[in-house]
Amino acid sequence: MRYVAPTSVDEARSLLVDNPGSRVFAGATDLIPQIRAGRPQPSVMVDLKRIDRLTSVSHRDGGWAIGAATPTAALTANPEFATMFPGLSEASGLIGSDQIQNRSSWGGNVANASPAADSVPALVANDAQVVIASAGGTRTAAVDEIITGPGQTSLGDGEFIIEFTLADMAAGTSDAYLRIIPRTEMDIAVVGAGVRLTMDGPTVAAAKIVLGAVAPTAIRVGEAEAALVGNTLDEATLAEAAEAASAACNPINDKRGTIEYRRQVAGVLTKRCLLIAADRAQNGTA
Amino acid sequence: MTATENPPTYTWVGTRPIRHDGYDKVTGKARFAADLDLPGQLRAVYVRSPHAHARIVSINTAAAEAMPGVKAVVTGADFPDLGAADPEYDVSVNVMARDTVYYHGHAVAAVAATSRELAADAAAAIVVEYEELPAVFTIDDAMADGAPLVNETNFTKFVKADEPSNLSTITNLERGEVDDAFAAADLVVEREFTTAAVHQGYIEPHACVVDTGADGRASVWCSSQGHFRVRSSTAAVLGWDVSRVKVTPAEIGGGFGGKTTIYIEPVAARLSEMAGRPVKIVMTRDEVFRATGPAPASKVRVKVGATNDGELTALEAWMAYNVGAFGNVAGLVGAMSVASYKFPNLKLEAYSVLSNLPKSAAYRSPSAPHAAFAIESVVDEIAQKLDIDPIELRLKNAAVEGDVTAMGMPHPRIGFVECLEAVRESEHYQSPVPDGAARGIAAGFWFNIGEQSSATVHVNEDGTATVITGSPDIGGSRASMALMAAEELGLDVNSITPLVADTESVGFTDTTEGSRTTFATGMAVVQACRDLIDDMRSRAATTLSVDVGEVIWADGAAVAEGHDPVPLASIAAQSKRTGGPLTASASLNAAGAGPSFAVHCGDLAVDEETGHTKVLRYTAAQDAGTAIHPSYVEGQLQGGSVQGIGWALNEEYVLNDDGSLDNASFLDYRIPVASDLPMIETIIVEVPNPSHPYGVRGVGETGIVPPMATIANAISRAAGIRMTALPMSPPHVLTALNER
Repeated sequence: MRYVAPTSVDEARSLLVDNPGSRVFAGATDLIPQIRAGRPQPSVMVDLKRIDRLTSVSHRDGGWAIGAATPTAALTANPEFATMFPGLSEASGLIGSDQIQNRSSWGGNVANASPAADSVPALVANDAQVVIASAGGTRTAAVDEIITGPGQTSLGDGEFIIEFTLADMAAGTSDAYLRIIPRTEMDIAVVGAGVRLTMDGPTVAAAKIVLGAVAPTAIRVGEAEAALVGNTLDEATLAEAAEAASAACNPINDKRGTIEYRRQVAGVLTKRCLLIAADRAQNGTA
Repeated sequence: MTATENPPTYTWVGTRPIRHDGYDKVTGKARFAADLDLPGQLRAVYVRSPHAHARIVSINTAAAEAMPGVKAVVTGADFPDLGAADPEYDVSVNVMARDTVYYHGHAVAAVAATSRELAADAAAAIVVEYEELPAVFTIDDAMADGAPLVNETNFTKFVKADEPSNLSTITNLERGEVDDAFAAADLVVEREFTTAAVHQGYIEPHACVVDTGADGRASVWCSSQGHFRVRSSTAAVLGWDVSRVKVTPAEIGGGFGGKTTIYIEPVAARLSEMAGRPVKIVMTRDEVFRATGPAPASKVRVKVGATNDGELTALEAWMAYNVGAFGNVAGLVGAMSVASYKFPNLKLEAYSVLSNLPKSAAYRSPSAPHAAFAIESVVDEIAQKLDIDPIELRLKNAAVEGDVTAMGMPHPRIGFVECLEAVRESEHYQSPVPDGAARGIAAGFWFNIGEQSSATVHVNEDGTATVITGSPDIGGSRASMALMAAEELGLDVNSITPLVADTESVGFTDTTEGSRTTFATGMAVVQACRDLIDDMRSRAATTLSVDVGEVIWADGAAVAEGHDPVPLASIAAQSKRTGGPLTASASLNAAGAGPSFAVHCGDLAVDEETGHTKVLRYTAAQDAGTAIHPSYVEGQLQGGSVQGIGWALNEEYVLNDDGSLDNASFLDYRIPVASDLPMIETIIVEVPNPSHPYGVRGVGETGIVPPMATIANAISRAAGIRMTALPMSPPHVLTALNER
């Protein structure tokens, strides 16, 4: 196994194309445990953290470009970002321990394609787009177009994520993310819920609800969104959204949770997220 | 805080000096077994069974032996067949399967090579042909009529047994007339409880380096709670005399009972003998979970009768412990651990049940937590139904000196009542329960043991002292030994160097288990110090030309009326002229271990929409007899509490259908993380043990007994649900809430 740290996207692309069985990594917080467990044994480990664009964060012209290998600790510690996207920031800050936070990245979290990835529901709720290094330059896609199943992505051979782009959060809009784990940290979501709401006074003007760990990929709950738009967040509307969220789940029984548990808690987290996001949208996030 | 009646005045005992091994540990200098590397050392890797129960048809190691870097390969055929009657037979078969694998992960072969990677490659090239056999994993399946036999060498103990069986032990204990008592009781509560298998969760995986020399003698460096047991078991498994094995204890990164047995040392010794080079084995965390420990799963039915004024009149219990593929006495010990309440009428039926799971190992008060979870839950339910304060109900029924345990053994002086009173009077219990929360109370008992210990004390020529024992220091015991020696000799504790010596440099010493080290090894240290003091008094008497009977030892000096005191340092400086080096050794088989009781109080809140439990405040009170080093006593109380809370809330072995472990990592085997818990508050109760020179009772184990019922009792009071199955993880709690 060889370790290489290219300093440009093109160089990284060439390494991947020229070396069958090579793997890119950002923080490697998923890849190293997988290698230790004997799963992938890459021929070449291509470290993306030395490529400036992959670790830079820029905010201009009404949007954000966030390098795919940027440590999540750098995002949660960025007050401008964390204030504008409180839910996405919280989701990013839930990944692993402080030590992991200094390595882990959105690019890795998305490309690893775990159904339980914490950043993914919040990224999808915020319509995050990705720029992908590809044959002949770059292509773009939405985050939910990248992840196709557990551990499966639509990234082709030699492709990797360069950066994420986000439009500025509009006025009256905010987000929230909650997950349930048996402990308080250092754990994997049994259910995750990411919500973005645009409020018009007490009325929901727009809603996006995305659940994690309850299906092979993060899922958007259109029925719950439809139940909200045009309504206030009264008990009945919240209950309807929660019920729709539970119904949308297609979970499995595993060592981390049961089907019944995941369904029930998906509704609970949806409801709680809606209340947090609505409060932030109406009252500001600070 | 410490609750002590009329404490004696000591200079050193009861103080909190920095532990002598502390600097090396916080700076990373301390050497654990995996830190040691010898020149020319090989690394060994195991082949483990992919089946829970199978006959080994053949093992082909030819390809592996021909691979690069491979120096030796062992299988069961490389170890003697000790025969099923040998007391070390089960250990030998567990260390390396012979003809049969009894659990998923059972060791089948091992390869020593010049690197771990080469050893792993070679291990993967070993071809094992199995013939699968039927397997059972649960108590119910193993006890069912016609259940497949787990282990053909197991015959039930304590009863007449002509045929092999899945029952390792059957214990029946009875006093009074339970049926009459239940008929006469105002209230009878009966419930069935289950607990999952849990691992001790020590942070340091098992590790050893073994160098078997040309003389056939093996030097072993390893992580263990008892290097004399490593010596005897390793020698037995190899078919050697114990004198061929020397074991040097490394620093130990936790054990909690799980390192009272051996897994790897004989394998490394044999590989080293074959290869002529040192061999190192370091288990992976995966191997630790799959092939060591755990504590048994259990099923316990409890029926308790009470009068309306809260007298507990009868206890009937059926207890079964799932001990894995090899027999042990978990059931017996579980029955024996019933000792907290007077229960004039009592009937216990206890079983150790075999299954195709790893051989269970001791874990901090082994077997007692399972029984206490059940009994303390039912006792609490009685308190709730009778509307009696849970501490008052326990005080009314608490065992005191002279009351007998379930085994019929009368309690010596014990501090159960004092622990209950200490919690009742505590600021915690006196303060209101937080809004939205509830408070649980439960108690625990553990015997503690004495056993054999040795100590050697040298007074050095400059007036310092060296205290050498054979007890691996798993919880601060070196500091305790130094404190007792300082108290005896009248020396500053920092002038004393406490050491743990290898098997050839100190007298035989039993394993650090049963909360025995500060008690029993401490007695040996005190005895050696007193022998030294007699020697020094005698030398001073000669120097002063007085009768030795006129010389007393006070404040670190020999004192005779009419003479200036002769300090230890000057006696030491003169030792060459007064009879030679000042040294004394003591060895003993300590009697009179004092049982330790604990009472815990926990406040928690239940998120009724998610089943998530949050512990808000937790206090552990325990009788230490005398706290030699209160910080390490508190550490034991806190550690036991945290492990028990983990056992209560989230820890469990999750098995796949084939008996393999589905959660063999600390990610999915969920011990508590720091943010899960509040600071565990402690109350050290001191009811001195009359059998120890300083009144010591062991404190290492009892702390894990009360937490499961403390949590369950608090959940019951918070949410109106009686949790009878561990763990009380969010999905299980939410299911109970849904069914409420």
